[in-house]
Amino acid sequence: MSLAVDFDVETIRKDFPILERRLADDRPLVYLDSANTSQKPRQVLDTLRDHYEQHNANVARAVHQLGEEATAAFEAARDKLAAFVKAPSRDEIIFTRGVTEGLNLVANVLAWADPPYRVGPGDEVVITEMEHHSNIVPWQLLTQRTGATLRWLGITDDGRLDLSNLDDVITERTKVVSLVHVSNMLGTINPVAEIARRAHEVGALVVLDAAQAVPQLPYDVTATGADLLGFTGHKMLGPTGIGVLWGRRDLLAALPPFHGGGEMIEDVRMERSTYAPPPHRFEAGTPPIAQAIGLGAAADYLSALGMDAVAAHEREITAYALERLQAIPDVKIIGPTTVQDRGGAISFTFGSLHPHDIGQVLDSYGIAVRGGHHCAKPVHRRFGVPASTRASGYLYTTRAEIDALADGLEQVRRFFGLR
Amino acid sequence: MQLESMYQEIILDHYRDPHGRGLREPYEGESYQVNPTCGDEVTLRVHLDGDVVQDVSYEGLGCSISQASQSVLHDLVRGKTLEQTLAIGADFLTLIQSKGDQAVADSLEESLDDAVAFVGVGKYPARIKCALLGWMALKDALGQARIIQSGGHHG
Repeated sequence: MSLAVDFDVETIRKDFPILERRLADDRPLVYLDSANTSQKPRQVLDTLRDHYEQHNANVARAVHQLGEEATAAFEAARDKLAAFVKAPSRDEIIFTRGVTEGLNLVANVLAWADPPYRVGPGDEVVITEMEHHSNIVPWQLLTQRTGATLRWLGITDDGRLDLSNLDDVITERTKVVSLVHVSNMLGTINPVAEIARRAHEVGALVVLDAAQAVPQLPYDVTATGADLLGFTGHKMLGPTGIGVLWGRRDLLAALPPFHGGGEMIEDVRMERSTYAPPPHRFEAGTPPIAQAIGLGAAADYLSALGMDAVAAHEREITAYALERLQAIPDVKIIGPTTVQDRGGAISFTFGSLHPHDIGQVLDSYGIAVRGGHHCAKPVHRRFGVPASTRASGYLYTTRAEIDALADGLEQVRRFFGLR
Repeated sequence: MQLESMYQEIILDHYRDPHGRGLREPYEGESYQVNPTCGDEVTLRVHLDGDVVQDVSYEGLGCSISQASQSVLHDLVRGKTLEQTLAIGADFLTLIQSKGDQAVADSLEESLDDAVAFVGVGKYPARIKCALLGWMALKDALGQARIIQSGGHHG
């Protein structure tokens, strides 16, 4: 049975209880903030409840039946996530708290890694101006602490990475190239394989922030050219507090631990310890067990629909939103204005109005968008605006909701008497 | 949801036509404040003549609530003594933290005048910082001006 042929938004919406919510003044919810966090289907919520009601125990350390059930479910989730992103091995899937923890893990262990991976004085780390703060600050910390230098690729006026000086920015001194696959603010899908090719020519590691990419696109970690890659559960129908760091197996095996604690060791003596192989080396302490199992259920849900169908819907709804928004006078989209190499997040300005004011009036009509800098201040600075309004749909988003946004913006104009 | 309880007409008027906007000389104290959650910013200057606030000038980026709040601030404290200014600032904070209590607003009307219109903002926790940004800058700038005054030389 292929659900992909039957991709029907109205049927899908029935799986999401929150989409039935009525807000103040009995307004139906129009949720256009999925790039921030996605809503959760009943299947994921049921999995969480079932785990806590029937199988709750700590993992990998209990000999009792519940412990064995919880461990089996937790490790089965690892298998599901490995399959979801086509990881060559299940041992390449490290459960983290989210992309932020994954990127901090990588940036930290590279300070202590053995050659050739260690980042030290004279080395360079390359990021881009398009990054979320979570892919900027960890690298600032690493380079400041190690005496390395941080460099970055710029952005063109139409919201693409400026690759004209790629060979000048990524050089023999480059140890790491870390970049976003799909921008959370501009929506741009970056040519990561092309950039990875250049990085590998000079022997640099490639790290990808795939927070917006894995939820939206059929994914194959090997095809991206990345050596390490992070994504997060709550943007792909899963719970908060769970994410994945994928890494090439041989690379992970060569990297030192991040957090120390239970579960990441092989043997502990008072003088020193030896460490477990990956993935457990990087999973100190009790992991987010229910959340990992819930994320496994989210991967099942997406796989049953088919990621090709999910991506096709995302493209269709994004194209419609781009068309509707661009037809509104005074709306200016920041980032690519067509669906070519573009994800679902659409950031825009509306005359001189502030995103807080826009979001507040839209909220009074039940329309949830994000207003602010979206944790990407350098991109906003690049385009000369302090903040923007962002609308982002997902597999449950309808054209009627895009229409509601367009109508809502006209109400915003009326309310403030836009000049 | 009563949008108008926050966006009262007085606030929208100040937003559309802000009073005293723009940075001016002379000044004895200057403060730059930023709201890290949204990136809004303000630079605010105070000019003192002895114990009296002669001018408050300001420039920045922000939403209607933050812009209107700074415009109202300018109107309220110009010509007031330092002591009166600090008292007005404290009253404004009480108003914003009242969670939209109209009785609190009524009791502060004499001190705050037009600024009581901001009472509704207290019902929207995400917007409280917007209303207070300029006032935080004022407090900081006044502190600097007083240090300079007590040194007795600059200005």
